[in-house]
Amino acid sequence: MSTIGTPAQPLFKPKEYASSQEVKWCPGCGDYAVMNAVQRAFSELGLKKEEVAIISGIGCSSRFPYYMDTYGFHTIHGRPAAVATGVKLANRDLRVWVMAGDGDSLAIGGNHFIHAVRRNVDMNFILFNNQIYGLTKGQYSPTTERGTVTKSSPFGTVENPFSVGELVLGAQGRFFARVPDTDVKLMAKVMVEAEKHQGLSVVEVLQNCVIFNDEVFDAITSKETRADNQLILEHGKPMRFGANNDKGIRLRGLELEVVTLGQNGITETDLLVHDATCASNVLHHLLAQMRLPDFPIAMGVIRSTAGPVFDADLAAQMKAEQERSKYASLDALFLSGNTFTIQPGTDKPDGIT
Amino acid sequence: MKSHEEMSGTMNGKEAMESVVIKFAGDSGDGMQLAGTLFTDTVAVHGKEIATFPDFPSEIRAPQGTVAGVSGFQVHFGSSGVHGPGDAPDVLVAMNPAALKSNLKDLRPACTIVVDRDSFGKRDLDKAGFATDPLEDGTLDGHQVLAAPITSMTKAAIADAGLDNKSADRCKNMFALGMVYRLFDQPMDQTIGFFQHKFKKSPAIAEANIRALKAGHNYVLTMEAVPATYTVQPAARTPGTYRNITGNQALAWGLMAGAKKAGKDLFLGSYPITPATDIMQELAKHKWAGVKVLQAEDEIAGICSAIGASFAGDVAVTTTSGPGMALKTEAIGLAVMTELPLVIVNVQRGGPSTGLPTKTEQSDLLQAVCGRNGESPVVVLAASTPAACFDRAVEAIKIATEHMTPVILLSESYVANGAEPWKVKTLDELPAIHPPVLTRPDPAWTPYGRDPATLARKWVVPGTPALQHRIGGLEKDECTGCVSHDPQNHEAMVALRRQKVERVADFIPEQKFRGKGAKKLLVVGWGGQFGTLFGAVTELRSEGKDIAVTHFNHIHPLPRNTASIFEQFERIVVCELNSGQFANYLRAVLPQFTYLQYNKVKGRPFKVSELKEKFNELLAQ
Repeated sequence: MSTIGTPAQPLFKPKEYASSQEVKWCPGCGDYAVMNAVQRAFSELGLKKEEVAIISGIGCSSRFPYYMDTYGFHTIHGRPAAVATGVKLANRDLRVWVMAGDGDSLAIGGNHFIHAVRRNVDMNFILFNNQIYGLTKGQYSPTTERGTVTKSSPFGTVENPFSVGELVLGAQGRFFARVPDTDVKLMAKVMVEAEKHQGLSVVEVLQNCVIFNDEVFDAITSKETRADNQLILEHGKPMRFGANNDKGIRLRGLELEVVTLGQNGITETDLLVHDATCASNVLHHLLAQMRLPDFPIAMGVIRSTAGPVFDADLAAQMKAEQERSKYASLDALFLSGNTFTIQPGTDKPDGIT
Repeated sequence: MKSHEEMSGTMNGKEAMESVVIKFAGDSGDGMQLAGTLFTDTVAVHGKEIATFPDFPSEIRAPQGTVAGVSGFQVHFGSSGVHGPGDAPDVLVAMNPAALKSNLKDLRPACTIVVDRDSFGKRDLDKAGFATDPLEDGTLDGHQVLAAPITSMTKAAIADAGLDNKSADRCKNMFALGMVYRLFDQPMDQTIGFFQHKFKKSPAIAEANIRALKAGHNYVLTMEAVPATYTVQPAARTPGTYRNITGNQALAWGLMAGAKKAGKDLFLGSYPITPATDIMQELAKHKWAGVKVLQAEDEIAGICSAIGASFAGDVAVTTTSGPGMALKTEAIGLAVMTELPLVIVNVQRGGPSTGLPTKTEQSDLLQAVCGRNGESPVVVLAASTPAACFDRAVEAIKIATEHMTPVILLSESYVANGAEPWKVKTLDELPAIHPPVLTRPDPAWTPYGRDPATLARKWVVPGTPALQHRIGGLEKDECTGCVSHDPQNHEAMVALRRQKVERVADFIPEQKFRGKGAKKLLVVGWGGQFGTLFGAVTELRSEGKDIAVTHFNHIHPLPRNTASIFEQFERIVVCELNSGQFANYLRAVLPQFTYLQYNKVKGRPFKVSELKEKFNELLAQ
């Protein structure tokens, strides 16, 4: 695959990636911010419009391709990962972006999602997690917090939600990032990283549904609490957070611990330094697991490690087979092995060839 | 049952036959499929017409020695008159009592039966449900029985070959095959070559099999009492180069050839399912030819990945059988709506649900024609013989890509696993395929702009500069290609999608029939039952009967001249392996005719004899 360098002069401004279609998301929907971030990332990456294929499933966020002046395919519920896999295998030069909600990715399409992760197809998977089914007007989803009252759970849900990060890591995922829809700059930065990563890059966006699940992420994203409740990870940097930047994450035994710098003799050298590239995903699991109120929510690129890429390996296998094939053409294949010839006039076989 | 001595006087010597049906039957671990396949290869290479019918249980190893575990391989070969694998064997090889039992009711009079005498002990008879020994109790009266101690003689023949008991036991199928080669006066070099090549690295195994083969051959040769040996002349055929091919292999090769003719890579997204899996396995071998095979996580991902590959410019295919078709239904609708080329191969088996996975049936026809939500027309083709699977696959790709539509290609277990000689085609002999690809900016282009003749839209693949567009499952505006919920537009698009598929009729060959001048009865068939229907009608016509046959490969749309054939006949009988699906389809499409039905839903193909009986009955009325 070609690698992307940041061009000196972007090909297009972010807004120039928008199509002429009127955007029809609800006013205030987090999807607008995601689209802004994607356009910014495309601009920064200097992508040509025709080299991008955006594949979506069904749901509010899956209208995404219609709003972008790239190639786009609005498919069916749950299947965008499968369709996108075919797109990438057909043309590896394309930059394939999957836009899918929590239903598409984790309920009806859960199977395709984990297998895309396992295969490590070189695509970007933007998972719009709003913890609710919006397009069908407010039923709980596989990421809805236990006990939540929705239209289909009038007495509160009695099932446990998926943790996207842990699912991705459990499926041997090599790139996982989490971002809040309130931070366009961080989203754009993470999406650039996702595109540069060779293999499947999953970006979980904590996306607010203003109609059916408004403020579900407020504790994480509101101006008042976000500094204390988000840990923005940067590779190679100590894990510090907090309104006064005086809190940090330390490893204690096999568990993480929130500490305050300056208390009990804690200094920055006691904190974990984020290593997104480390082969073992144990720490990445611990980071993905962190939950309020005991821990901040980890944001940014949690894991980004190189590994065998499905489409690249398949292409390499095909190339090797082309070089070592004993057949020069299909005609040669069809005439290989046991054939026999009927000569004109004889109506009899003249033996084995 | 006659003794060998009694028979030797009359039967010794060669009997020339036009065609012979032979069935190898044994436990599913006895290697009957291999024995049958090797025999088929030999007779095919020596110029006989052939048709085969493997018949095996759905369990990998059903309980040993029971009727449920019997695996059979029937081959019909001859110089002429081979229309399908034959009704009943002239020669039955039964490796145990269960194999004999499961074939008893199908035996034709004076059948030659080869059995392994060693496997007819008390326990073996009990397992097969015989109260007394059928070799002794008169059950086989009228047949010619060759009861050879196959197990013990095989062991003796390979005693010093250095194999353990179990491996030695596995050679008895070759002893039986050697006997059959002698009975039919066939050379063994083809089979010997197979073992030498296949077990190059295990010479002991190769040697043991070859010894068993020769021992069986010599056993018949040296026996003073031989029921009969048969000679079958090579078939008269069109000059050319032939090879023996199964339906699934021919279909896989046809897909490769079609993609090549279209100038595109072939993409297969599939999930293993009996009896379609062989197609995927065959294609997976040919990466050298630019074939991309994705063994997907499920049936849905199989077709969805194919749809994605089609969007991105590959010739895309998914292969499956009935239960998998059910799962792919929603995605077929997406391909209809987005007007992408896609070939969906359904190798039918007995249904509903899991049904009869290894048995044949034609019961997915209406599912193919109608089985989707909304008004969702697709082209439906059906393959009539193993070799014809090649041409149908090429045609499916031609129609799918040139008309920008999904095409469902119906095969069936019987055709997929059966084999016959295929006159090898070169790519030059195949029709050209010209997909409507647009690669340069065109100001007049819109995503759903259409070719006036075919009504196909252009295939503009991602990566093409300045033609970015979006497609999807939502209804699109006829002109702009943007999402539209306009009522007039929807009705217009429904009509356009229907007309596009109906227009395919302008591009397919006219329907043919055999039996010019006949008036009384027209036999109508479709798909894989071609051989027996054709055979039955040919035989009746040679007896002077007023009967004709027409066989459909193009189900939807029907060939334009279909009605003009039907109207020439007083009566029409539609014969199919279901309860009347094609008949009901014809009643809807061509309601001006009356359709009689002849149906069979037993998981088995038609027999020439039962068809003739039915047709005679109809002709007599």
